Amino acid sequence: MLGALLVLLGTTACLAQDLCTDETSEGFKVRLSIKTALGQQAYVWNESEMFLFRATLAFAMRQHFKNNEYNVSSILVCNETQRVSFHFVVLDPSDSTQLIQKTAVEAAVRKSRHRINSAFLLSDGTLEFLQIPPTLATPYSPATPPWLIAFGVVIGAVCAGIIVMLVSSLLGPKKGKGEDDDEEEGGGVGRNGIACDALDGACNGGFSDDDRLTQM
Amino acid sequence: MAKPQERPEWANKAQYLLTCIGFAVGVGNVWRFPYLCQIHGGGAFLIPYLIALVFEGLPLLYLELAIGQRLRMGSIGVWNSISPFLGGVGISSMLVSFLVSLFYNTIVAWVLWYFFNSFQDPLPWSQCPLNQNLTAYNQECVDSTPSNYFWYRQTLNITPNVETSGSLQWWMVICLATAWFVVYVCFIRGIETIGKAVYVTVTLPYVVLTIFLVRALTLPGAADGLKYLFTPEWEILMNPQVWLDAATQIFFSLSVAFGGLIVFSSYNPSDNDCEKDAVVVGLVNSATSLYASVSVFSILGFKAKNNYVSCLQSNILALTDRFEIGDQNMTLDNYEQMLGYLNSTWPEEVAQLNLRPCDLQTFLDQSASGTGLAFIVFTEAVIEMPGSQVWAVLFFVMLFSLGLSTMFGNLEGVLNPLMELNLVPKWMPRWLFTGIVCLVAFLMSLIFTLGSGNYWLEIFNGYVGSVPFLIISFFEIVGVVYVYGLKRFSEDIHAMTGRRPNIFWRACWLVISPLYLLIVFVAYVSVQADKHPNYPAWDPSHVDFPQTNVTPYPDWVFAIIVLLSGLPVAPIPLVALYTLICCGLKGRRSLPSEPQPSPCVADNDCERDAVVVGAG
Repeated sequence: MLGALLVLLGTTACLAQDLCTDETSEGFKVRLSIKTALGQQAYVWNESEMFLFRATLAFAMRQHFKNNEYNVSSILVCNETQRVSFHFVVLDPSDSTQLIQKTAVEAAVRKSRHRINSAFLLSDGTLEFLQIPPTLATPYSPATPPWLIAFGVVIGAVCAGIIVMLVSSLLGPKKGKGEDDDEEEGGGVGRNGIACDALDGACNGGFSDDDRLTQM
Repeated sequence: MAKPQERPEWANKAQYLLTCIGFAVGVGNVWRFPYLCQIHGGGAFLIPYLIALVFEGLPLLYLELAIGQRLRMGSIGVWNSISPFLGGVGISSMLVSFLVSLFYNTIVAWVLWYFFNSFQDPLPWSQCPLNQNLTAYNQECVDSTPSNYFWYRQTLNITPNVETSGSLQWWMVICLATAWFVVYVCFIRGIETIGKAVYVTVTLPYVVLTIFLVRALTLPGAADGLKYLFTPEWEILMNPQVWLDAATQIFFSLSVAFGGLIVFSSYNPSDNDCEKDAVVVGLVNSATSLYASVSVFSILGFKAKNNYVSCLQSNILALTDRFEIGDQNMTLDNYEQMLGYLNSTWPEEVAQLNLRPCDLQTFLDQSASGTGLAFIVFTEAVIEMPGSQVWAVLFFVMLFSLGLSTMFGNLEGVLNPLMELNLVPKWMPRWLFTGIVCLVAFLMSLIFTLGSGNYWLEIFNGYVGSVPFLIISFFEIVGVVYVYGLKRFSEDIHAMTGRRPNIFWRACWLVISPLYLLIVFVAYVSVQADKHPNYPAWDPSHVDFPQTNVTPYPDWVFAIIVLLSGLPVAPIPLVALYTLICCGLKGRRSLPSEPQPSPCVADNDCERDAVVVGAG
């Protein structure tokens, strides 16, 4: 009796293992690049890590189908290489000769992708499910484009500068500096405001525009 | 007509020198010279370059500074004084200065756009945006690179060809407005504000270049870049194209024939040593080009090394995945031998992988000049440097300063002649007049913010910013040496600086420089005429995309090109003809042919006591 049971279990296991091949249409190839991702802190891939993978995948199946019958034994792994890469298939928990459809497995993996990645400290690029393209992260776009803020600061400063300069140059002549209306400042206008060429003879620098002394 | 007594003055010599240096040193020193150096045999290029500087650049520079300082007028007044037949030269200078201002400030606007966009993490040109239905990355971006996409699509929004004008790109319009506002705020009080602004805009690029140099030299691959740049290939000196490029580079780099230098030196006291100034400005300009090329090429070397390493890494990944080799068992060090082993054992599989050929030399050869260097190549390099935002901001601030200080000279070469032509009503204050000119220039340069704007800018840059200057300079030197008279000119210089120009200057002015200019002009025009005018268009639907689609210019554009090259120099013969007709051969109008020194020039006290607003 016991012997028959054991034989039965053995054949089931063998049969089940036969279901996991690389030609199967319901399986996925997984590739991990641990050293690339973690460098010095890379862990060694061993049996326990594989166990964790199978458990995580079973978790993903449970989450997606809301069916607590999925177990580590539902996940079959084969063709493990040194790369580290392998194939896996998912057995139907109610009927161990049937495999779960590829699309269903894909949906489950997609849903829990982040949890699976985190379990192994990897990312979409270093833990690859070869027929499941990673969902693209939407680039962060803030409400106000940052460049408009920088633009606003610069244009504000420049406009303030223009206004300050214009106001000060308009107010300037009223303080009695004796400049011409035509703003060629700094010309040889002569101290008393009369253009040199209006005078006969050379300019006399001795004349000063100092009206402190001549206030009447 | 000339009122020397009302002339503004430089507050001190440093401001004058910095303004002239700032005018000469522009974005071309950073993005044109290193490229030329690289494609023309590295260190060997310095020989034709320095020869052109000594025999063509410095004499022209000295000439312009001397006549400006002696005749104390802007470009219109100066050429009218030398001979009424040559009055057209001044008008030509003004026209080309105006046309160059239009597109040059657009480049400044592009730099501002990139500057504004450098304040974010991650930098917008480092990644592709998603497409419309968020399923994949934007196709155009994926086919080219994120930097290319950001430049051609998100900055220019370029149309597939020059005939398709597209619409005004609003973000470009506001950047262009900002650029013109900044130029205006610096010009509000003429050289008083310019003289202050140049303390920052001229010194800042050198600070940034030094920072970049120090950073770049510590990056891996910098040595490869520098070695590549400076390794001389002496055979290249046999190629006349190299000599032509050296001559044109010096010529356009020094910004002669704009009229701006004449105006700046006319604000000097008449005893200023203009010979020394000319030599200083010329040497500083060339030294800056060299200094910039060291920084630029260190960074390009770093970028090439990075590209080379990524190329190898992608090959390694392909091989690792295909042959299930352990992760990281195949590295850059053992790549060669492992590839050899795999190739000998499984040649078909290896061939099937289509591995990219990775050669550092090929990556170093991928050079670029102009906007391609600054906005595509350099921005890609900056992404790979740690702390990208800082480097991007520094780089674009440097380009902005370089562009702004050149704009000072460009615009001064427009404003001053307009005032000398008495086109400005007496009641109009300077700030209003400057504002109007800036507004008109802004409105006209809106062409460059259209979808096809970049194509138009290249047209302006290639045809306005080249041949007219050669013609104007030739007439300048011939006018001074043969019409005004070299003897009289030497006496003028003696009166100003106390010594006559030595045999070297006289030989250059009399024979060498005009001949050099003539040969360069003829060679340049014949080279241009040989090539059928066409342009590289960015067309995503093109078969070879992302290669640019080289299309010929349509006929109406070609007509505009001819107009743009010819119209600015048309005043020279026109004014000569007009003077001949109305005033006969003597050319006398109300103006005496000999410039009268004004009473105040002889008596220096007048000018020193003049109210120089904001002196010190």
